[in-house]
Amino acid sequence: MRVFRLALWRLAASLPTLLLILAGMFLLLQLAPGDTVDALMAQMGGGDAALAEELRRFYGLDLGIAAQLWNYLVRLATLDLGFSAIYGKPVATVILERLPPTILLMAAALSFAFFFGLVLGVVAARRVNKWPDTLISTLGLVFYATPSFWFGLMAIVLFSVYLQWLPAGGFTDITQSYTGIAAVLDIAQHLVLPTLTLGLIFLAIYLRIMRASMLEVLSLDFVRTARAKGLTETRVVAKHVLRNAMLPMVTLIGLQAGTMLGGSVVVESVFALPGLGRLAYESVVQRDLNTLLGIVFVSALLVISINFLVDILYARLDPRISAGS
Amino acid sequence: MSRLLVEGLTVRLPRGADRDNAIENVSFSLASGEILCVVGESGSGKSVTASAVMGLLAPGLSIAAGRMALSGEDLCALSPDAWRAVRGRRIAMVFQEPMTALNPLMSVGAQIGEMWRVHLGLDAAETQRRALAALREVNLPDPEGALRAFPHELSGGQRQRVMIAMALALEPEVLICDEPTTALDVTTQAQVLALIKDLQKRHGTAVLFITHDFGVVAEIADRVAVMRLGKVVEEGTARAVLTNPQHDYTRALLAAVPGLHAPEPRALSPETVLEVRGLTKTYASRGLFRRRKPVRALDGVSMALKRGSTLAVVGESGSGKSTLARCVVGLLGSDGGEVMIGGAPLPAKRREAARRVQMVFQDPYASLNPRRRVGAQVAQGPIAAGMAAAEARAEARRLFTLVGLEAEATDRFPHEFSGGQRQRIGIARALAMKPEVLVADEPVSALDVSVQAQVLALLRDLQDRLGLSILFITHDLRVAAQLSDEVAVMRNGVVEEAGPIRSVFAAPRSDYTRSLIEAIPGRALFGA
Amino acid sequence: MRALKAYARSPSALIGSAILIALLVMGLGASWFYPNDPLGLAGRPLQWPGANPRFPLGTDPSGRDIAAQLFHGARISLLIGFVATSIAVVIGIAIGAVAGFYGGAIDTALMRLTEAFQTLPNFLLLLVLVAVFGSTMETVTVAIGLVSWPPVARLTRAEFLSLRTREFVQACRVQGLGDAHLILREVLPNALPPVIVYASVVMAVAILLESALAFLQLSDPNVPSWGNLIGLGRNVLRTEWYVSAIPGVAILLTILGVSLVGQGLNDALNPRLAGSR
Repeated sequence: MRVFRLALWRLAASLPTLLLILAGMFLLLQLAPGDTVDALMAQMGGGDAALAEELRRFYGLDLGIAAQLWNYLVRLATLDLGFSAIYGKPVATVILERLPPTILLMAAALSFAFFFGLVLGVVAARRVNKWPDTLISTLGLVFYATPSFWFGLMAIVLFSVYLQWLPAGGFTDITQSYTGIAAVLDIAQHLVLPTLTLGLIFLAIYLRIMRASMLEVLSLDFVRTARAKGLTETRVVAKHVLRNAMLPMVTLIGLQAGTMLGGSVVVESVFALPGLGRLAYESVVQRDLNTLLGIVFVSALLVISINFLVDILYARLDPRISAGS
Repeated sequence: MSRLLVEGLTVRLPRGADRDNAIENVSFSLASGEILCVVGESGSGKSVTASAVMGLLAPGLSIAAGRMALSGEDLCALSPDAWRAVRGRRIAMVFQEPMTALNPLMSVGAQIGEMWRVHLGLDAAETQRRALAALREVNLPDPEGALRAFPHELSGGQRQRVMIAMALALEPEVLICDEPTTALDVTTQAQVLALIKDLQKRHGTAVLFITHDFGVVAEIADRVAVMRLGKVVEEGTARAVLTNPQHDYTRALLAAVPGLHAPEPRALSPETVLEVRGLTKTYASRGLFRRRKPVRALDGVSMALKRGSTLAVVGESGSGKSTLARCVVGLLGSDGGEVMIGGAPLPAKRREAARRVQMVFQDPYASLNPRRRVGAQVAQGPIAAGMAAAEARAEARRLFTLVGLEAEATDRFPHEFSGGQRQRIGIARALAMKPEVLVADEPVSALDVSVQAQVLALLRDLQDRLGLSILFITHDLRVAAQLSDEVAVMRNGVVEEAGPIRSVFAAPRSDYTRSLIEAIPGRALFGA
Repeated sequence: MRALKAYARSPSALIGSAILIALLVMGLGASWFYPNDPLGLAGRPLQWPGANPRFPLGTDPSGRDIAAQLFHGARISLLIGFVATSIAVVIGIAIGAVAGFYGGAIDTALMRLTEAFQTLPNFLLLLVLVAVFGSTMETVTVAIGLVSWPPVARLTRAEFLSLRTREFVQACRVQGLGDAHLILREVLPNALPPVIVYASVVMAVAILLESALAFLQLSDPNVPSWGNLIGLGRNVLRTEWYVSAIPGVAILLTILGVSLVGQGLNDALNPRLAGSR
């Protein structure tokens, strides 16, 4: 399967990038005032210098930076992400607990943004410069300009405070314990507003890209050929234009994966979701640098995996790629 | 019976265009089983005429007057749905660029099969059968493979055959061909023209063939219509128009067509100014999987250019002629062999090499920086070489007059000039460095025929006055015949044949050269 | 200039320019309109807009004038947006130009670097930078600039890659001109228009990033940033939601203005695509 091997090759090529990120982050965090031991001692309520030294030796923080980096990378290879002083658990455990809500949120937001961006972009391109196009493009512009956290807050005011349709935050209703379908529905209800909030700006981006892509493809030669064959405009769009126009959108998913993960930090904070994004925020505030580093690692892995899947998808859609052009 | 009748057709252009109408009062008729060639240069309105007949005018263009009738039925009165039933089924079209005319994401078989599926509602098995038969009819090697293939896996000539098969699938009454062979190699062009003639005879289709090349007209036309600036200036049978043109413009166009007779051989200097010895250049296949064999663009190429003369290097695409030009000028490094100018090897440092050899490029629209004044672009070479700025600018003005432009034009920007004028500027820029050798890489291929003749005349004139030595790269033997003393024919990185141009034309030794000469369209009329 | 006239003809570009000019006036004239410290106590907390004629936009939970914070905040947003964008554009163009022009090993190395920055979610990197270097306005501005350069580099590189094989560049090479001349005088002026248009996107993102940071209370607390105000309004969201709503509208209008100007620039500098708008 040439497609698979190509994507695998791209994956292997991103390993040096991963290494670069991790080494860079590690070295950067060395510059932070205070380290894990300082944070630990602050939590314990203070201590003397001797205790600090002993703790540092215990955590291996007294070695040189290069040695520390090496130790860290080696441990990383065995997926040992260290220990979180703040949460009192291995970092890997903490991150795994927080991963599902973030992944769920991102998947929902991505699907929402991609689907509606596609549909609206196609409609806008088919009726270019007429009122549906102007309306959709203006809406897109407004969505793009709306800060996501502000939209989240306003949505809470409207839908939770005034209309009381949806919950104001949280992942599940902690006052009840649902199982089965009821649990799924409960989570779904809690995710409606966060999905809309996170997906809004991406909806605007996909919309604009799809519209531009459609207009670009509609001006290409083979579309003229299709029309000359006497095909209806609907068939021309559906069979010839759409698949070609979607290619930049698919690439965009990969490029925007990192931005979406970053956006989840803010959205999870607004809606009090127990996800990876909020964990990152808490680690920064509480100076839990181990956890922060672990989150960076996992985020990079996530983005690389998404790009891997996108590469495979793109190669399936475009036969020119596997030919090794 | 007149299949297609066009009377007084006028198509209006949107406001702000360089003229009111794209075409004005155009009339012609096309009978069953005949080929009508519409000839014209760029801006003549020939493509707009074709689009109008297909009902596919670009947005912004509208029919202001006139009528069109297909087998007696009025086309202008058709509703969009009725038009769609006519398109593809009764009138079909083949376009110019085979590389972009097919959907890159759909297999060839699916695209051809669409014709039967959509118009006749046939099922998958039947469409497959018919598609295969259609591909066989256009002489595609391996029709079964072509059915499954995607467009990028076929060559330009093969794609054009697919387009023709697709157009003739439903046996339309009228076939419109909009410059279908302009983007093809001369040998491929000859094959495709023969194919069109053959198919047309077999199916009895009426063919409207748009072209700018009178050689093609001579090859296949039954009748001719000459267009200029949106109007038909002359119309008649091919024989009448080609041998006895009435209108001045037709006469001028015919005179500008490069014939295949080489000029009288003149005495050449014995001194060799440029010598290429055993030049080799291999392109390693880059990319993830090194499956593709390395491409040998140049394989031990040797040739010599005598001082004050012109050596033409003729070849089709992939022959290596462009790579040769770039190696001679120093833009590409070679992997073996050497380039000697005036007895010394080509200097490695660009600044020194710039004084020995200069180049005129192919695309007049890409060879000038759109954001800088043309005078500055001509003068910057000598300035970088150490000349004083004022002197360089004065020299630029002098060169402009030498190439037939006004001296004041040095202050303008490239977009204010036409294609032919831009090529003159390119020549002036090359001459500013006072090189020993001038390499011209397809300098007239992108120009209209009448402008071509002017630029070639300019080069001839400059060579006489300045004693220029020119290495002239071209794919068109006819152009080579206009200007050169000697010719070298290249194919797949190897020189197939070389010698004085008269003898190569009169008595070609290599089969390939012979096939090149025979493929020239309209040889009977314009040939030696 | 043709471009200027084309820009002036587009209604959306004019609206965008009007918005930005209004913001500029607000920002530059903030000390004149509201000479007192915007973060100082001004009146009774949590008054509704319009309730007190002294506070047309009401007061926040700490009793500070919202309108004053809006005006002073305009200065902050525009300043941070402009400086951070400049940093990002300069770094991005430099890296992209070198990578695109020279290709080969230099290109691969620089692209690995760019990829590393892009694989990491930029907000996360911003958080790390703020955690390490602190939250002063200068630090935040530089951090945002450092996080925003990769797309500019990618764009510049793409332009350079396509332009360096263009025939007029080849012609200059044949004339004997050196690399510095080719990059700076031949390729860069032709590569700049799409990058300039993209700078408007970078600025919009920069303003959004800064307000998000301020909302999370991770930016400079001594500065009347709009994001700060939105964050403060969170606690009183159920009843006095206007505290969060008003500065959000300000951010929305600012980004709208920047985007419209960017679109106008795009249409002016790319006349071919303007017909499809």
